[in-house]
Amino acid sequence: METSVPAFVALPLFAGFACLLLKRAAPDATPWISVGSMLGLLALAAIATARGDGGVAFAGGWGLRGAGADAFVVGIALVLDGLSRLFLLLVAVVGTASSIYALRYLAPEAGRPLFHVLFNVLVAGMNGALLAGDLFNLYVFVEVASVASYGLVAYRAGGTEVEAAFKYLVLGTLASTAILLGTTVLYAATGYLNMADLSAGIARGEVPRIPLLFASGLFVLGFGTKTAAMPFHAWLPDAHPSAPAPISAMLSGLLIKTLGIYALVRVFSVVVGIDDHVRTTLTVLGCLSMWGGVLLAQAQDDLKRILAFHSVSQMGYVLIAIALDTWLGVAAGLFHAMNHALFKSALFLSSGSLEEVTGTRRLSGMGGVFQRAPATSVGLVGACLSISGIPPFNGFWSKLLILIALVSAGQMLVAVLAAGAALMTLVTFVKVQRKALFGTLPARLADAREVPAAMYLPVLALVVLCLLSGLLWPVGVDGVIGAAASAVRAPFGERPAAAVYVETIHGEPPR
Amino acid sequence: MTFYALTFALFGVGLYGLLAKRNILKKVLGLIILDHAINLLLVAVGYRAGRGAPIRLPGDDTTAFVLGSVDPLPQALVLTSIVIGLGVTMLLVAMVVRLHQRYGTLDVDQMDRLKG
Repeated sequence: METSVPAFVALPLFAGFACLLLKRAAPDATPWISVGSMLGLLALAAIATARGDGGVAFAGGWGLRGAGADAFVVGIALVLDGLSRLFLLLVAVVGTASSIYALRYLAPEAGRPLFHVLFNVLVAGMNGALLAGDLFNLYVFVEVASVASYGLVAYRAGGTEVEAAFKYLVLGTLASTAILLGTTVLYAATGYLNMADLSAGIARGEVPRIPLLFASGLFVLGFGTKTAAMPFHAWLPDAHPSAPAPISAMLSGLLIKTLGIYALVRVFSVVVGIDDHVRTTLTVLGCLSMWGGVLLAQAQDDLKRILAFHSVSQMGYVLIAIALDTWLGVAAGLFHAMNHALFKSALFLSSGSLEEVTGTRRLSGMGGVFQRAPATSVGLVGACLSISGIPPFNGFWSKLLILIALVSAGQMLVAVLAAGAALMTLVTFVKVQRKALFGTLPARLADAREVPAAMYLPVLALVVLCLLSGLLWPVGVDGVIGAAASAVRAPFGERPAAAVYVETIHGEPPR
Repeated sequence: MTFYALTFALFGVGLYGLLAKRNILKKVLGLIILDHAINLLLVAVGYRAGRGAPIRLPGDDTTAFVLGSVDPLPQALVLTSIVIGLGVTMLLVAMVVRLHQRYGTLDVDQMDRLKG
């Protein structure tokens, strides 16, 4: 079981190199390699989730040295626990949908094999970041995923795309630098990089207060930028719309969560600990993102930019929930992150289909698309209902859970703000549906045609997942979410999660 | 302590170049300086006054080696970090070339077609 852990990184990495090798010999095989590697990851993640696997794999034959309380870790640890499992599953699901969508979306052009190289490296980087057991490897995998995403944003290589990618790269590298600086500060204070040893060291008070606050601030800045929380969001509304649709889905659906939310949860809840300063900061960032994102989205006409601003807004919900640092808050936040991955990738894939059907991304140029492209429209309607929080869909339940968690933690003001932002979200998406799908069909779209099945089926599958995880969440979904939340914050006074994490790596309870 | 202060000063120089300069090539240079400020800081964290390079020869006594050399781990980290920095810089410079081809300028204000 522990031997399967490195496969999550190795499989997409090898698939990426295979695409590079086949660039000239068999360029048409590369999209299928991506689909194959994503299906393989889906199988691995499904098996790991179903069995509730956990454990650690040490790369390069190193491992635990010393014994008992003096034990410490040498080498690169890849750690699988409940929190990693949830996100690995999400990466596999959204990755599969995006790779199938890309089969027909990208024409067989010269750059297509390279697109699939970067696509696989992006997934390898995200999976690596989800499994990394020490801060430096977290940084390395964050950089691997980020560099692949910079390249993918610039894929179309037009002026706007390269400009968006440049902006994204500069801000992204600044964020990575902050993460590395924070890691350096903690290493200088403790001599550890491994997250389990580091969390034990911080719990023993080895890091003085000022360096700890400095490192916390740097991590909020670094991972907050990767999440696109409000004052650090400037790159996202340019970068996400500039990428091809399957990549927009990967970036908005996964990247901001694996490099942002997951890393924040892992670093703060498990390693550094959420104190009052961090909690206040994350809550303020979350409220700013929630309202700022939704208000800026009102002014947009470009469908993909509307969706991008809503990603900022929805990440605000997740931030305020995880900042509570209660079991319910973390569970609600992770549930919303999962739901956002499903419905936002469905929305971005639909936006690509709509662009294919109508030839424009501007809402003012669309209308009556439902008559010409019913399957695409049904997918878009389902995803819109989900993001707006309409009852049977999953978006409703996770927003409700976040409100309950906020109220039970006594954060009434934040709860009111969250409910208000949810209403604004509904307003935007009613507008999107009315302008794009219904109303009169412009004359120029009279012979518009439905997109091929490989493009609408992934969207419909994601929407079905949205509906199922909304209807069935007490049946199976809550187990996955609960395991993830319990890896972060122990429910009802059980042993602290940081101790469990130390135990996962050290193999025995620390004394 | 002076060395730490100097690396942070260098960090400030890089940040200034990155944020305040309008020429995108100067922004790239700012980013490179920023990268190297962190690398220097990492090496400085591992430095122990009066100790030698962490090169262990066959037959060296482990305890004597550990007590006689600087911390080797940050040096390994810096190597990794330099490689990542190289990759990022290559990508940045390629983008600068492409942007110059598109707009015929390196001034960020004259190419700003994106808002928000």
